[in-house]
Amino acid sequence: MSTLLEVDDLRVTFPTRTGRIEAVRGVSFSLGRERLGIVGESGSGKSQTGRAIMGLTPPQAEVTASKLAFDGIDLLAASPRDRRALRGKRIAMILQDPKYSLDPVMSIGRQIVETLRTHEKVGKAEARARALAMLEAVQIRDPARVFDLHPHEVSGGMGQRAMIAMMLIAGPEMMIADEPTSALDVTVQLDVLGILDRLVSERGMGLIFISHDLRLVSSFCDRVIVMYAGKVVEQLKASELGRAQHPYTRGLLNCMPKIGADRHPLPVLDRKPEWAA
Amino acid sequence: MTAALSVDRLEVVFDRFRALKGVSIEVQSGESFGLVGESGSGKSTLLRAIAGLAPAASGSITVNGKKLGTRRDKAFYREVQMVFQDPYGSLHPRQTVDRLLQEPLAIHGFADGEKRIQRALNEVGLGTGFRFRYSHQLSGGQRQRVAIARALILEPSILLLDEPTSALDASVQAEVLNLLEEIRRRRKLTFLMVSHDLAIITHMCERLMVMQNGEAVEHLTAGDLVERRVSKDYTRNLLRASEGFVRTA
Amino acid sequence: MSVEVIQSRRDWLLSERPASRMQARLGRAYVAWRRFSANRLAFLGLLIIIALLVVAAFADVLAPYSPTFGDLKGSRLLAPSAEHWFGTDDLGRDILSRVIFGSRWTLYVVILVAVIAAPIGLLVGTVAGYAGGWIDAILMRITDIFLAFPKLILALAFVAALGPGIENAVLAIAITSWPPYARIARAETLTVRNSDYIKAVQLMGASPFRIVLRHIMPLCISSLIVRVTLDMAGIILTAAGLGFLGLGAQPPLPEWGAMIASGRRFVLDQWWVAGAPGFAILIVSLGFNLLGDGLRDALDPRSGDQ
Repeated sequence: MSTLLEVDDLRVTFPTRTGRIEAVRGVSFSLGRERLGIVGESGSGKSQTGRAIMGLTPPQAEVTASKLAFDGIDLLAASPRDRRALRGKRIAMILQDPKYSLDPVMSIGRQIVETLRTHEKVGKAEARARALAMLEAVQIRDPARVFDLHPHEVSGGMGQRAMIAMMLIAGPEMMIADEPTSALDVTVQLDVLGILDRLVSERGMGLIFISHDLRLVSSFCDRVIVMYAGKVVEQLKASELGRAQHPYTRGLLNCMPKIGADRHPLPVLDRKPEWAA
Repeated sequence: MTAALSVDRLEVVFDRFRALKGVSIEVQSGESFGLVGESGSGKSTLLRAIAGLAPAASGSITVNGKKLGTRRDKAFYREVQMVFQDPYGSLHPRQTVDRLLQEPLAIHGFADGEKRIQRALNEVGLGTGFRFRYSHQLSGGQRQRVAIARALILEPSILLLDEPTSALDASVQAEVLNLLEEIRRRRKLTFLMVSHDLAIITHMCERLMVMQNGEAVEHLTAGDLVERRVSKDYTRNLLRASEGFVRTA
Repeated sequence: MSVEVIQSRRDWLLSERPASRMQARLGRAYVAWRRFSANRLAFLGLLIIIALLVVAAFADVLAPYSPTFGDLKGSRLLAPSAEHWFGTDDLGRDILSRVIFGSRWTLYVVILVAVIAAPIGLLVGTVAGYAGGWIDAILMRITDIFLAFPKLILALAFVAALGPGIENAVLAIAITSWPPYARIARAETLTVRNSDYIKAVQLMGASPFRIVLRHIMPLCISSLIVRVTLDMAGIILTAAGLGFLGLGAQPPLPEWGAMIASGRRFVLDQWWVAGAPGFAILIVSLGFNLLGDGLRDALDPRSGDQ
């Protein structure tokens, strides 16, 4: 398996009035052409990890790593211009709520076409054809109609599909999805995941799936990284989640109510200070 | 056994949009009843209509044998209280916990405020160390505990819960759900709980109603769901979705 | 005071677990103060306003001469000198003394206008915003009527009807300056009235009056304070304008606007007569503007919750 992304000892630090806060404290992993899940609760640093790889960390924060390389390119040494070129073209990102990541005053089709034309020199007609094909690929039934709609005119699930279409149009090799389905209804969530899953396996992309939902991630990804307080506490195969060693992972799995498991009260997580150490 | 809360063919219309199309439920005293559905199903609207926050176009709501008019009186609010979904939005940003808890007592003219506030804070597991904090000095779980304390301080018999844990982390969710169950047992409360998560509803409620597009899809017991005794496709879909992603082919 | 005492006092103020109502309130004020004093220009504005207050309070002590009686024989229209720092006017009065005493009238006008106009605007705006429907429509149309006229013209009309004098000028300015506050308060109310925390208070059984007074108004006050502070400069100028037109303070009151009016006749030859009060207006307006900007940054709830 070829390695797409290598992360070694990634740290993200925010300066604040009361001192420096380390959001990510020495995270290391590598990604091939696979589905990797990053799971953690709020404040675990999972989103900041994704943003740091993408180069979207706020300017006042400090990002360091002994290695942060995408396909052999040192991301921390790359110029802002080179990173911009990588974003969208070779690395894409999907965010939680399509309402905030799509331009509200531009039709969906035009946004996809614009994205394509910033990264590739293609004619208008060809761009449109490819955008329509992409909309079809994300299982939008009537692509020609949706092409001309504005983001507020479509449902959340449709918007997220359009977002995925926009992100995939330039044919990226790696995608970072930060809670891509958390704002969606459960049934729509599975549709969107199904689309994502098919595209990843068909195109041989590497996918980093960031989520708070351990069960969803484990049913979707090949490998899971569990983060706590800015650190990786456990890395394991999704199929072996039942054999998780770390008490945090086990606690997280246990504390969710399950249909048929009659546990009153629910087991709660007993946070140990040494987990964060 | 008398019904603590019964809703009969309730309709709610917002600008010609029928958010609730003649829904009826009956919740027995001491029971925990769940409403499940996806966004736009009308489950939250039903809750808000009972609380008087959404206008009922027709139908009736009866609480402890008393039929409600369009205006709620003070006695109603001492019977029925609500916990909101978003703990970041349901606490006043410029008030301390103390002030938040004092307000209902002041409105209803309770004299023993000091004692009640301390007891309410202890009951939700916060203790008095949190009493003079502003909401921005609290975590999501702590905020939701304050919201629960505020709802309990008037000693209502019915608690309306609008997705009380959906904005919280899984581990915090477990703590809040346990707290709610414990309070219900201790105070013999009646719960009407809304959630999009079937697992939470089966965990918390004895009976439930599945809703879609402002209508009831079916009435079930928690046992029915555990044994997959559901008759409608919609419910079956929800059940399947709650089990996570299944790769086809 | 030793360093440790200061340190522990700061910790007490910044405590995440305040133990009393007082500590919570002081802690909040302290955080706002820290944010405010970090802004140097705002601090300068505050110093100017404090200086204005001090000068107004101790005008009797600070002024070297009487503001109303001059030496008509020997000291008319003298240029600035060691004896008369700002020179003298056409009636032989010391201009420095008049500017110092004038600060009292300026403060009088500004404070009175703020005390009258801001509560009216706050009340009208929050009630309109919270009630909605026809109450909103009526209140806001009345507001629109007031906004439709230029402020100075409307004030002129009121003063002309009420008769010239500083009290009537204050009243006229107050009547013309509440509508923008009502607009701000209404806009603020509209953003919070559908929030869950207001819904929660409704569910406590609180009356609309109580909700507006105790839950909505406190949220509007900070943006209103900012706006009023920023408007102070405008109020001073309007008062000066009325004074200049002879409709505000009447002679021999040492009001800055009226002083400029009487000095304009010799502005080319004896510039200091109009220049000194003009400069005073400039400095004080600047002070209020800087203060208002700083307060906006320190109090604005949108700039992150502390």
